[in-house]
This record gives sequence, structure tokens and C-alpha cells, in this order.
Amino acid sequence: MTKTDFLLAGVGGQGVLTASDIVAEVGMAVGLDAKKSEIHGFSQRGGVVESHVRWGEHVAAPMGERGRIDYLLAFELMESARWIEFLKPGGVVIVNRQRILPMSATVGDAVYPEDAVIEKALRAVTDRIIYVDGLEVAKGLGNKNLANTVLLGALSRELNVDPETWLDVVVQRVPKKYVEENKKAFWSGRMGTK
Amino acid sequence: MKRILSGNEAIAYGAYLAGVRYASAYPGTPSTEILENLARMSDVRAEWASNEKVALDAVAGASYGGARALAAMKHVGLNVASESLFYLAYSGVNGGLVLISADDPGAFSSQNEQDNRNYARFAKVPCFEPSDSQECMDYVLLAFDLSEQFDTPVLVRTTTRISHSKSVVQIPEGDGHEPRPLKAFVRDPAKYAMIPANARRRHPVVEERLRKLAEWAETASVNRIEWGKKNIGIVASSVAYQYAHEIFDGYSFLKLGMSYPLPEKLIRQFAAQVDKVVVVEELDPFYETEIRAMGIPAVGKEYFPRSNEFSLSVVRDGARKLGVEMGPDPAPVAAAFQPPARLPALCPGCPHRSTFYTLKKMKLYVAGDIGCYAIGVLPPFNAIDTVSCMGASFGVAHGIDAAGANSAKQRWVAVLGDSTFFHAGLPALANIVYNRGASTLLILDNDTTGMTGQQENPGTGRTLQGAKTQKIDIEAVVRAMGVQDVFIVDAFDEPAVEATIKKALAITDRPSVVISKGPCVFLDQYPEKYVDEVDQDKCNGCSLCFRVGCPGLYKGELDAKTKKPKALIDPLLCIGCDVCLQVCPRDAIHRVDS
Repeated sequence: MTKTDFLLAGVGGQGVLTASDIVAEVGMAVGLDAKKSEIHGFSQRGGVVESHVRWGEHVAAPMGERGRIDYLLAFELMESARWIEFLKPGGVVIVNRQRILPMSATVGDAVYPEDAVIEKALRAVTDRIIYVDGLEVAKGLGNKNLANTVLLGALSRELNVDPETWLDVVVQRVPKKYVEENKKAFWSGRMGTK
Repeated sequence: MKRILSGNEAIAYGAYLAGVRYASAYPGTPSTEILENLARMSDVRAEWASNEKVALDAVAGASYGGARALAAMKHVGLNVASESLFYLAYSGVNGGLVLISADDPGAFSSQNEQDNRNYARFAKVPCFEPSDSQECMDYVLLAFDLSEQFDTPVLVRTTTRISHSKSVVQIPEGDGHEPRPLKAFVRDPAKYAMIPANARRRHPVVEERLRKLAEWAETASVNRIEWGKKNIGIVASSVAYQYAHEIFDGYSFLKLGMSYPLPEKLIRQFAAQVDKVVVVEELDPFYETEIRAMGIPAVGKEYFPRSNEFSLSVVRDGARKLGVEMGPDPAPVAAAFQPPARLPALCPGCPHRSTFYTLKKMKLYVAGDIGCYAIGVLPPFNAIDTVSCMGASFGVAHGIDAAGANSAKQRWVAVLGDSTFFHAGLPALANIVYNRGASTLLILDNDTTGMTGQQENPGTGRTLQGAKTQKIDIEAVVRAMGVQDVFIVDAFDEPAVEATIKKALAITDRPSVVISKGPCVFLDQYPEKYVDEVDQDKCNGCSLCFRVGCPGLYKGELDAKTKKPKALIDPLLCIGCDVCLQVCPRDAIHRVDS
């Protein structure tokens, strides 16, 4: 197996960092070397959160490279377009349809882009676009915080890793009382939702 | 056992394995989690210090007293602690002493980029540079041994991409930790008491120690040659080594784990066998300068930038410039459009919001400081004119006042937070009172150290390890320091904040202090509040509420008359702090009963 590069991107508070921890731990659980890198601190307050994860026999750099990422997991609709230039041509982008308006749009003069504009930006790089209604599915399960697990379920379908390996890692990462609903969220994401 | 750890977690674990007994730090990205992790370990007393210099002095004391001790700080924190580092270099240690400097190339959460390897050369102390989490743990263990072996403080320098990246660490089976007994302190003023006569005698000792350390570095396993193609030989350390390892695949490497002092013989041996020595290092040309001073024609900064952090792309660009075949880049994506920016914002419910709304409204000039409230620089507030370093706001405001630049036309105030007040605000306040200053000073007391993730501080009544402690009352301190005019105001009462700042500004012949009190939204003591809602019949789109800069407010439909968008409140984000409600001139915002 050669190197597999992931980029997870979203907005502060969406659980991007926890999800990227899980992806890294799954890599280690299947016997690979794994690294992840993220930024927190000042830029995190209401801002963009990005986290790189890499799997491979041996991983040197903790973050992948622009134009060479295999999987982009966008936790927020518009963020998919911001980070698409990191995806390799023909790579997989998984997009949560949730919109979180930035203050530049809610208060300033910026306009949140139309769906078609975002889709066009993604299509310029790849046709492998998977939309997930992460927030809606999570709400349906009774807890909006489950959206990141739904997205991980969707990602797991694209990778040749036993789903039980994913679930083992997810179960270790979440408090006991949320284990069952996280399992449901993972399977909802994995089975596919529209 | 294999575990995936961040660099900071691995540093803490390495210190634990080394038997560290005392650790102290002031929170600062990207170093904060080192102490947070140590605080949970047995046999370790871990403390938040009031600032980095105090932390390093306490760690020096713990070392003199015979304990292994660790201080951790961000790069600019070491500026504050630098005076202590310099005397420690002369006095040496008793118990092993390790100082972690977490640098921030890219300035993700800092006021500058600075390369603290320079401090190793400047203070004449050894410096290690781990390149992943495994090395973070291993090097910290090694650094404690080296500290005791050579009687020296040891610097371990990480960067954001080392401290905040996670990688696989092989940790010893079982606990692997043994409490270490204290080494006896033996009176030796010639070593520990740095009066001039002793300092003059210690300096040659320091120089001789450096010479021996350089000798040690020649055969140390942390510095190693990896032979490959010899037309280019790469010298690298830290995360730059990892990028270079991927980009210069198959080339020869001199991987430096110790950045100071350098192993000159090893470098010469490497240079003699490669056609061209290329240094790949972030920020300053530290190795490049040292290697060139040895008479070896190394290159580096003509191919790799001095500013900003590196990435695979940056190193690939440099490799191309060097004439190394890199193959084509993936087809560049035509930037279809630039999504709107997501700038950092004060959280919904933040107690600082009312202050910056008011400062902007009153068109004041503001000397700012380091903390969440630096967001006051950004739109929609645009309310801060200077941001310098911890505690600088008080000094800057006093200088503006003393120079006669604080006038009716340009009225200045200074703003800092509670943790920053204890860090470096106290001496600056003493200076203002003593020198008959007349500054207007605002202390935003949110009962925590917010930006770095809600750490305790001397004003919170809790220690890092969760013990209850004496809460230092800021108001009492300010009064005791001789400020007669001290005003306390509820941060969630915007009209009162405005009225109070006006009262303070009316005092122009002596210093005045406004303490705005309201807890950070992330604290348990944040009061139970409701959600606010905009009455769409009353709102006419005047947009005044948008000036409070709340992520929970957004634009809705256009008002029929004014043709401006009415305000809406996102109930998922609103905390019910009521600041928008208070500034609405049409009483269109009200609480929703929960």
C-alpha cells in the first residue's frame, strides 16, 4: 500500500480535530505508519480548521501537499471549495452540505456562494464528489454533534479497511453513553444518505 | 506499546520517564499542552506561573534544590525568560534542567516568527531539535541526562508542526517511571551566586563546557549521516528534515538532532563526500551560517525562504531551483472563485464584545495586548491600534501619554486581560502610578486565560492541578498600587460599560482603571442565559446590531421601507448575552423564554 493523504477541513466547533484523530488511529490500527498535523490557537476562534492525516509504510512529512491529497473531507459546504486545490485530480471529495455563514457574509458584504458555483469549483478537479447531509442525519439520530461520525462513515466506504476497525477506534474516542448513537451515525454515513 | 501522540504529549511523557519532579510554564500556543499533560502525571508538581521568567526562575530553584525540572514556553515567552536563561547558563544546574521552546514558524498564533535556536548560541547552551513525536520523547529523556552530565540547562526547540502534529511513539512497557530522589544541594556560591567576580570565573567554564559538548555531539546518535546519492548532500533538522526526506528521496542526509553546538568533524566528513552541501532549515540560516563559518561552501537560503513555515511544496520549489528533477506538478486548479474569508471572531456570548463595540463607537485610540481580545483589531470592530507583546498595552499607553500624544483629539486607552495583567501588567501599572501618569486602563477580567484554552491564573482561585488557592483580587491590587479611581462594571451591561469608560476618561490628571467583569463563555460559571430573537416587525434593517460582531447574527430579508436587510439570530449559536439587544435602538430584540 502506498501513501494515502487526507485533508479534513471545516469550521471551529465541528469536531474536525477529533475526526482527524480517529482517521490517524485507524491508520495505525491497520498496521500502517500514520501522522497528523493541525493548527489551533488564534486562527481557530470562529475560523477555518484544517487537519492533515497521512497513512503509509513510512510517513515522513506530517502534512500532504497541494494538488496531491487523495481524500478531502469537507465538514462545511463552502470549505470544500476553499480546500479543493489540495485534492489531486480525480481524488475523492466528501462534502457535508451544512452551511455555516462566515461573518464576512452575515455582517459584511461577502456573499455565500451558490451550490452551483461550489460544485463547479469541485468539478474542475474531480468528478468523485460525495455529498452527505451530515447535520440532518445527525439531527435525525437526536444529536447534532454526531455529524462528524456520519462523515467518517462516508469516508470509510471509500477505503479498504474493515468497518469494525473504524468502530473500535470510534468507540474508544467517545464517552460511553454516546457509543451506540455514534455507531448508528457511522453506519448511516457508510450506507450512504442523500 | 505503540501510541499516537502529539509532540507536546510525547515531551510530557519523556519528562515523566526522566523523573521530572517540578514543571512550570505560562500558557502559550503551541507549547500549552506540555504542562497540561504533565499535570496529570504522578509524582510531578506542575504549575502555571504568572509569566515565563517566573517559571524559569522557579525551575532553576527546583534544579538547584536537586530535582529534575522542566520549563515550557512559546518562542516569545523565552524572550521574557531570557535573562534567567543567561544566568542559568553560567550557574549550571544540580538536578537536570530542560527548557522547551515551542517556536511558531508561520505565526499561526503569535506576534512574530523567531528562531530560538539563536538563543542556544547566544546563551551558550546545548539545543536539541526533535523531528517527530518519538524524538520528542527520546530527546527530552536524553536532555535530562546531558544536563546533569555537563552541568548545563538544555534547550529543546520544537515548532508548531512538531508540537501539534501526532505520530506513532514506541513507549516502554509498564510504567517505565521511577521517582528520583533529590540530589543534595551543596553550598557553592562560586557556582550559584553570580556576583561579578564569580561571573568572570564562570565564563571560561561555560566556554570549556561548549567545547566538550561539541565533542560529544560528534558521536551522539542524534546526529547521523544517511548516505545516498552524493551530488547533493542535505543538512536538516526538525520538520524541515521530514519534508526534505520526501522531496530529496534517495539523496545523502546529515540529520541533525542537536542544533547547537554543531559537530564540526562530522559536518566536514559529510561535506567532503558530497558535491554540494544544501541546508534545508525553516526561518534563519542558522546551520548555513555556522557551516559557512567553518569554511564549507554550503547553500540554503538562496533556495529556501527565510519567512513562513515550510511545506512539501516549498521544499519542492527549492529542489527545482537547485536543478533536481521533480516531475510535473499536478495540473494547477484555475481558481474558480475565492470563498468568503472566515476571520477569527469573538465567540457568541463573549464578555469582551461590549467593550470593543463601545471603544469603536467612542472613536477611541486603543493600545491593545495579547489574548482573545486582540480580535478587536478585526472587523467589524477595527478598534485596536497597537498590539505588541504581553503586558505592553499599559507601557505603550503611558508613553503616548507622557509624550503628550494623548489629547482630546486622539484619546487613548489601554486594554488587557486578567492573565496578561498578572503576567506583565503589574510592573507597567507601578510605572504609571510612580511616574504621575494619567492613562485610562481597561482590564477585561474573564476569569481565565482564554485564547490558549481556558487555563487557570492567579486571579481564578484554582491551580493547574485543580487545587483551590487564594484568588488574587485585581481591584484590591490596583487600589493598593495607588490608583484612586477604579471602576468595576458588568461586561454584559453595554450601556454601563459605555458610561463607565466615559467616567474614567473624564479623569485626565491621574491614572484610572476600569475592570470589566464577565466570565468566558467556556467556563462552568458562565451564567444561565436565554436565547435572543429579533422581532421582524420591529426591525427596520438599521444594522446597528451587526456592529457587535457576533457570529450568531445574520442578515435576513430586506426591509420594505429602508431596503436594508433585517437582522436574524441563529438560535444554535446565540447564548443570550443580550449585547445586541441592548444596542438595538428599536427594541426589536427580545429574549425567548426557554
